[in-house]
Amino acid sequence: MEMRRDIFQAIADPTRRAIIALVAAQAMTPGAIAAEFSSSRQTISRHIQILTECQLLRQDQKGREIHYHLNPNQFKEIADFIEPFRQLWDDRFNKLEALMNNPTNP
Amino acid sequence: MELKTQVTAEKDRQEIFITRDFNIPVDALFTAFTDPKIVAQWMNTHVEKLECQPHGSYRFVTTDQMGNEHGFNGVIHEIIPQKRITRTFQMESASFPVQLEYLDFKPIDTHKSLLTMHVIYQSVAVRDAILKLPFVKGINMAHNRLEQLLTSSQPAL
Repeated sequence: MEMRRDIFQAIADPTRRAIIALVAAQAMTPGAIAAEFSSSRQTISRHIQILTECQLLRQDQKGREIHYHLNPNQFKEIADFIEPFRQLWDDRFNKLEALMNNPTNP
Repeated sequence: MELKTQVTAEKDRQEIFITRDFNIPVDALFTAFTDPKIVAQWMNTHVEKLECQPHGSYRFVTTDQMGNEHGFNGVIHEIIPQKRITRTFQMESASFPVQLEYLDFKPIDTHKSLLTMHVIYQSVAVRDAILKLPFVKGINMAHNRLEQLLTSSQPAL
């Protein structure tokens, strides 16, 4: 359960979500990730460290360079991802309910 | 706030269940799925065609924030007023295969009703990818917002 809370904390931060989105597209070096942001390299480095600690990112040493990958195993738990989908349908259904409670509709 | 909608997606299964109870009678709930004007409003889409009859077809066209049009279509296999709609659903702009949807409408009492959507996908992988779409969109949007923040001339403080 401790691990799970860490993952949610990691995903809760917008910069870290942006890093996940970047690395999901392709493996990247820390320098290449940092270049996408105007925050300091140390700040981005700290975000990468948190993502790596909860195993959302995986390091891969290629010669002198370290590349960061998305760790697919950590994303297997569909429950972690289902909330936005559920929210989407809940928003639609709330609208539906409000519409049908409006007396101008049949 | 607690969401009224439940989504059940068991691991390693190619189906999901979406359930929701509404503070509207079952006939109003059914109408919300069959009246093109009402569908257009709550689905936030243009309803090009909605033939509510066995073997009828439907097509929705949604315009995103960038102005791109996305088509969705399917065939209605079975339609029993106030009870059931069985239909297929496919996104035209994505490469996902067609999915099968069983919509069950039930009265709870004269003012309340229950909807169950049972959705079956071609495979577990397809299901998981489609469930992740809003999440991926969310992180991309977060990234875009972040970019706007970072590229704005005003410092944050």
